[in-house]
Amino acid sequence: MRLRTRRSPSRVTLASFASQLLNGLASASSMFLVAAGLTLIFGVTRIVNFAHGSAAMLGAYIAAAIVATQFAGVASFWMALAGALAAGALFGVVLERGVLARLYAAPEMLQLTATFGVLLIARDAALALFGAEDRLGPRVPGLSGSVDFGAFVVPQYDLFLIGVGPLVLIALTWIVARTRFGMQLRACAENRGIAASLGVNPVRLYVAVFALGSALAAAAGALSLPREPATLTMDLPLVADAFVVTVTGGLGSIPGAFIAAVVIGVVKALCIGLGTHDIAGVTIAFPKLTLVAEFCVMAGVLAVRPQGLLGKAIDAPPTTLLPEQRAWLPPLARRDMWLALAVVLLLAALPMVADEYTLVLVIEVLLAAMFAASLQLMLGAGGMTSFGHAAHFGIGAYAAALCAKASLPFALAVGAGPLAGALSAALIGAFCVRLSGVYLAMLTLAFAQIVWSAAFQWDSVTGGSNGLIGIWPPPALASRTAFYALTAVLAVAALGALVAIARSPFGYALRATRDSRLRAAAVGIDVARTQWLAFIIAGAFAGLAGALFAFSKGSISPESLAIPKSVDALVIVLLGGINAWFGPLAGAAVFTWLQDALTRSFTYWRAALGILIVLLVLLFPRGIAGSFAWRRKTA
Amino acid sequence: MSGAPVLAVRNLARAFGGVRAVDGVDFHVARAEMVALIGPNGAGKTTCFNLVNGQLRADAGSVRLEGRDIGGLAPATIARLRVGRTFQVAATFVSMSVRENIGVAQRALGRRGDARAADELMARVGAPELVDRHAAALAYADAKRVELAVALAGNPLLLLLDEPTAGLGLAERTPMMEAVRAATVSGVAVLFTEHDMDVVFGFADRVIVLDRGRIIATGTPEAVRADAAVRRAYLGDG
Repeated sequence: MRLRTRRSPSRVTLASFASQLLNGLASASSMFLVAAGLTLIFGVTRIVNFAHGSAAMLGAYIAAAIVATQFAGVASFWMALAGALAAGALFGVVLERGVLARLYAAPEMLQLTATFGVLLIARDAALALFGAEDRLGPRVPGLSGSVDFGAFVVPQYDLFLIGVGPLVLIALTWIVARTRFGMQLRACAENRGIAASLGVNPVRLYVAVFALGSALAAAAGALSLPREPATLTMDLPLVADAFVVTVTGGLGSIPGAFIAAVVIGVVKALCIGLGTHDIAGVTIAFPKLTLVAEFCVMAGVLAVRPQGLLGKAIDAPPTTLLPEQRAWLPPLARRDMWLALAVVLLLAALPMVADEYTLVLVIEVLLAAMFAASLQLMLGAGGMTSFGHAAHFGIGAYAAALCAKASLPFALAVGAGPLAGALSAALIGAFCVRLSGVYLAMLTLAFAQIVWSAAFQWDSVTGGSNGLIGIWPPPALASRTAFYALTAVLAVAALGALVAIARSPFGYALRATRDSRLRAAAVGIDVARTQWLAFIIAGAFAGLAGALFAFSKGSISPESLAIPKSVDALVIVLLGGINAWFGPLAGAAVFTWLQDALTRSFTYWRAALGILIVLLVLLFPRGIAGSFAWRRKTA
Repeated sequence: MSGAPVLAVRNLARAFGGVRAVDGVDFHVARAEMVALIGPNGAGKTTCFNLVNGQLRADAGSVRLEGRDIGGLAPATIARLRVGRTFQVAATFVSMSVRENIGVAQRALGRRGDARAADELMARVGAPELVDRHAAALAYADAKRVELAVALAGNPLLLLLDEPTAGLGLAERTPMMEAVRAATVSGVAVLFTEHDMDVVFGFADRVIVLDRGRIIATGTPEAVRADAAVRRAYLGDG
């Protein structure tokens, strides 16, 4: 093996460690501020929200705009911070009153999905208000210098940030422990009903908590401005970080969030401080491990303490189910058979009438339907809320792409997709099947984020942010029509197989575990194993969809396993109805067509999509197909 | 192992924090016997059940099913060894019909799902007309019957019934217990907890009285009714 010469493995000095450590602690402070807001809101309302990242982004942009005016001279930065706090609080109030107030009793899956819609809207609102360019804040007057520690130099601003974290922790702890507001918070966190009967006005309290929590996130955004620019894509990474910190610290625990933020900050700093090393012949670039490191900390903590560092023991928090998930699943009717036949005939006839562009779009619909149908098995029959299903899709896609790159036969490359998807689901599922509810949703999301980071950073294998290109099927399948035919056959087979699985004895056992874990175990069903198998089956079908997706596009990038991709599948399932046999296909058709139409004709297509998602959740909590089916039955 | 009782519990103990919920309990249940486990709230009845069916792990002691040690096995494994159970609050699979509820249980217990079995079982619990109804739409008393039929689906050696008549109206209690008794005709051993003393004294062959995790009396219904310690436990020193 050729040894590459590189900068001699940096000798790790104490000074470089100390300097990285302080840097890590400064980031930990911002991370803690975002996470504290998230955990505060969760503790009282039991809601986890993606839009928390939007509050942070909003704070950063507002602060950047205020600083830029310089109307307060030297004090501009502090004015900007105040402005960000106010904007964050306002955002929290609007979010609570406008969307979440209607969803307190809804399943967490719907709450999370709705807040993702809000995140999309907020992102486009920022685009409209502040433009597409990144905004970097100037250094803060009075804190622009640095402190010389002899062996290393630290920016004054970093030291200031390091102080902010503990100060906020003390302030929040004091508010919760000593004030009347804090007492009401604790009462509501313990028992909403009793708190209300004791005269706590829950509406005012919830609004106040959202305002305070979102203001904290906005402050974090504003405070990070002198270190990092405000960008339109900062929202998701920030909230994903905050998810990790709150889950690791224990949902609802503010001191837990602080400890977790510090631990994660320090581990990240150590990774950077270690530099690149050759260990036993393998070159490990520790700085590249930073993103993965925080998720590994989380997985490690949760493996030992599922409730997080300082979280209260989870008393089997049940997943809140949609009424539709508990509805009686009628047997396949004759009408369904005719409908299936009609779909098959339509797909078969399509190449004769459709143009190239339509075929491309239908391929996309079929792959989205397959991906969503695999999630429907978990979500519908299994009652398991996954926010990280794209991990299996993406791993399948990368596996197929890597096989193609290695010049393996096409059939092998496509076969590698489901295999890789099943393996990733087996690994991730092993951690997840012990959990339910919000914890399950957040853990699946965090694992997907690990996979995304790996794909994004592992340049030598995955091609990093560029991904892999030149993934084409063999000449015999190179024409659009031929590839369409292959996709259609496999998609129909996969959708049929998933329906058959849901109706098989295994499907019944899976629904039994969802309906009542206790009862299922008492009749001899191994609950964890059954749910784990469902994870693996769903992962395999998602991986197959991913493999075909890679060949249909000719390339694959980390986008295919990012959070938005997971949410796409959820929205499709909700759109089509969680129980509806044709739900994934109908949902995928509507969703793909909408997304295509919006992106082509509309600058603010994200906001439009976000509004649709929010409306979908608020108006049709049973899914569009589900709502109509229900109306038919009760009519 | 025809000589061994269906269920034999020896020196069973389990504490939660400092509270000894079950504190050295010995009892057995024989074939075709109906044994009532009674005691004031917090006496340790449900903990005993959860220890027997594997939902909880014992700190000490043994649980034997026909002589075989089943301590530490998972609930699903114990269920497959032919131990049926019902819960204080009836738990059915609400997304399925009654027939499907029974079918799921049969297949999980390694028997072929057979459509006639559901009709037969529902007839045994006295409600054959419910067999094609949706489980979520059942009246509570009917859900309890379905739960009993599901527990019987694996042809159990031992039935654990946690308050079989809780939540039922007075008029519904006797038919429910008669269904249970009819089940024991085939030789099933039944261990049940119950708050309604009319049910206990009307249907139990033997009664075991628990108080603060210990057995304070055991015997025929008549003997237990006359026991001074039992009176004290229920009525306080008087």
